[in-house]
Amino acid sequence: MIAEIGLAALWLAAALAVLQMVSGAASLRAAPGEANALAIYARPAAVVQAFLAVLAFLLLLRAFAVTDLSIKLVATNSHSMKPFIYKLTGTWGNHEGSMLLWVGVLAASGGLLAAFEKRLPERTMGATLAVQGFVALGFYAFLLLSSNPFERLPVPAVEGNGLNPLLQDIGLAIHPPTLYAGYVGLSVAFSLAMGALMTREVNPAFARVMRPWVLGAWVLLTLGITAGSYWAYYELGWGGWWFWDPVENASLMPWLAATALMHSVSVLAARDALRTWTIMLGVLAFSMSMLGTFLVRSGVLTSVHAFAVDPERGAFILALLGLYIGGAFTIFALRAGAVAEGKRFAAASREGALVFNNVMLSAILAIVLLGTLYPLLTEAFNVRVSVGPPYFNPAGAIFAIPMLLVMAVGPLLRWKSDKPARIQFELMLIAALVIGVIALVSFFGQFPLLPLLGLGLAAALAVAAVLPLRGRKLVRVPLSTWGMVVAHFGIAVSLFGMACEGAFSEERLAAVAPGGTEQIGDFAVTLEAVTPIAGPNWTAMEARLAVRQDGGEPVFLTPQARSFWSPPQSTSESALLTKWNGQLYAVIGNQAEDGRWQIRIWWKPFVTFIWYGGLLIGLGGILAIAGRLGVDLKRRSATAKGAQRRADVEALGGSGGVPAPQPAE
Amino acid sequence: MIRWLFALVLAVLAVPLAAQDSMPPAPYAYNQLADEKLEAEAAALMQTLRCLKCQSQSIADSDAPMAGDMRHQVRARILAGESPEAIRGWLIARYGDYVSYEPEVSSTTWPLFAIPVLVILIVAGVLLRRLGKRRDDDAGAKA
Repeated sequence: MIAEIGLAALWLAAALAVLQMVSGAASLRAAPGEANALAIYARPAAVVQAFLAVLAFLLLLRAFAVTDLSIKLVATNSHSMKPFIYKLTGTWGNHEGSMLLWVGVLAASGGLLAAFEKRLPERTMGATLAVQGFVALGFYAFLLLSSNPFERLPVPAVEGNGLNPLLQDIGLAIHPPTLYAGYVGLSVAFSLAMGALMTREVNPAFARVMRPWVLGAWVLLTLGITAGSYWAYYELGWGGWWFWDPVENASLMPWLAATALMHSVSVLAARDALRTWTIMLGVLAFSMSMLGTFLVRSGVLTSVHAFAVDPERGAFILALLGLYIGGAFTIFALRAGAVAEGKRFAAASREGALVFNNVMLSAILAIVLLGTLYPLLTEAFNVRVSVGPPYFNPAGAIFAIPMLLVMAVGPLLRWKSDKPARIQFELMLIAALVIGVIALVSFFGQFPLLPLLGLGLAAALAVAAVLPLRGRKLVRVPLSTWGMVVAHFGIAVSLFGMACEGAFSEERLAAVAPGGTEQIGDFAVTLEAVTPIAGPNWTAMEARLAVRQDGGEPVFLTPQARSFWSPPQSTSESALLTKWNGQLYAVIGNQAEDGRWQIRIWWKPFVTFIWYGGLLIGLGGILAIAGRLGVDLKRRSATAKGAQRRADVEALGGSGGVPAPQPAE
Repeated sequence: MIRWLFALVLAVLAVPLAAQDSMPPAPYAYNQLADEKLEAEAAALMQTLRCLKCQSQSIADSDAPMAGDMRHQVRARILAGESPEAIRGWLIARYGDYVSYEPEVSSTTWPLFAIPVLVILIVAGVLLRRLGKRRDDDAGAKA
């Protein structure tokens, strides 16, 4: 019964999406100043729809929690013996469940927008909700027609097939929901952009409405990618943290577009410039989210990556993709000419730097897109090529290096027009740091070019990030400025981690007999024993490694080689020793015929900074949101107070002759 | 989302691993070369070769038996004095372009190099258009 209620909720939500679409569109036909009779339904429809879609997801979550084996999805992806937390997270560890999560987040963001956003003109809001409903409808149709998560089995299964062991990790609890919320949060930015474009309301007021959504989605994407990268790093057992895998690229591309959009929408809000640019990036960002969904969900990536290999689903998403992206760019092409360009600015200005970096971000996006799609394209013609790190790294760096340099300088420039001579000292300092660090590091040894450049840029960027605070009273710096400083500093930290990992990592692979010792960096690693142990749904060989740094007290690491029985698979559970200046990464492999064990150990200096940086970037975004919301709330209460005061003055008969104060707008 | 998809991949390669437990891996599959300089050369090459049994992983990142065999081939050939590029060439001759993550300009891959050049040109064009002409349009006539 529960499953049927879930399915019914989905159908009802789809019906409400139609109502939302029609009602929202009706508001466009209303004459200015009066409301269309149909238009009043859009907001309630969005809110109720959000409730229903979230309800459907919660019901599926319950089915997984109690392992309801009469539901096909649960039987194929869960197991009664699985630890409870992985039963829950397994809800989105499969195609149907993750699409339901996607749609649930989509509906919830639409509902939030409809319920709480009161600043936009009603016409624009109507158009926005119509677009949001239209997008939601397509994905409801996809879910209901080709990926029903609530399908029943004719006869309930005796036991489930279990979840892939690599997914049985806390990473699955954090990474996909965060990333999805980010992906789908961009749908609101998309709908707002389309709504503003259709009603010709592309202005700072609209940008202020859009900004928290873009910032929020961007923060979630940042944190989701960071979590995913760390998960890959410790789970896959070879110490890699980014593989330029198409699925990773699918999350990076929306992030790149969202980063550009976030900066662009801030310029629009603050300076009324970059209007068309903001709209275009809004469309691009959500297009990349949908493209990512297509790549991952359609099975177009080589078979193993596909949760579903049947082409029906792929074709469905591709059609949705064509419809939304094509439609959006058509409207954009038709309407962009009608949007005035906005305020002008000089090349040497903060806007100029932002435009430069938005172009660079878009170019990196183009490279990633090309490298991701090209092998798929040639595969269709039976030519198989591989595009990997040796391509992405240098091709991306062509644009990333100028971008990072301009990023260091940009926040120091004034709005509208500035003279580079004014910030001569800062420019010299940045240049000196880049050159000095590179020279210093090269003095100590031969390192690859890109990590070397990364070290120089990271140092310069770290200093440049805090330069905007120079000469300012720190307690009076707005929270959103702190957000920028923290996020830019986070980029430097992350870049430093990447460069160090690339330049200074040490690797030791060896066959070790119990009692044997291997030396790596400052660490002596002794294999004390290998013992069999058992977990709830696995058995494992666990190595006990005593790690001594410079002959000091030993610290013990216990990497495991696990064997799961449902489904039957083995995984390597790496063991990590985290120091402030890096991580020691240990993995145990198979036993050789002579009784020795394969041990893999890495010393990765400052590798943790990659993810600390990611967290700082996310924190910067959160500070920016908090700062903006604070200003909005203050403005709202000031407006309310002003209105109150005017009303009071009027009630007193306005006899005092004191002009009523105008609210600060 | 990326990670659990990615994870599936490993899962798939873990199955053949279990099946081949009886066969010991080749000597250099899991052992480094004694000479640090040669090992660094081999490691750099292995990072850029694709594990054919896996999804998007280099042979330096994989537990698949085939990746182990390929690592052994790479290390053994480096030790025998072959240059990394010759080894890459040998592997491409055997397995096709697919095995190398470093695409070379050829009749099938030229767009991978032509399009970035085009992107650079477009970027230069957009920047010139947006930022270049500022001095002479103080009147604010165009965008």
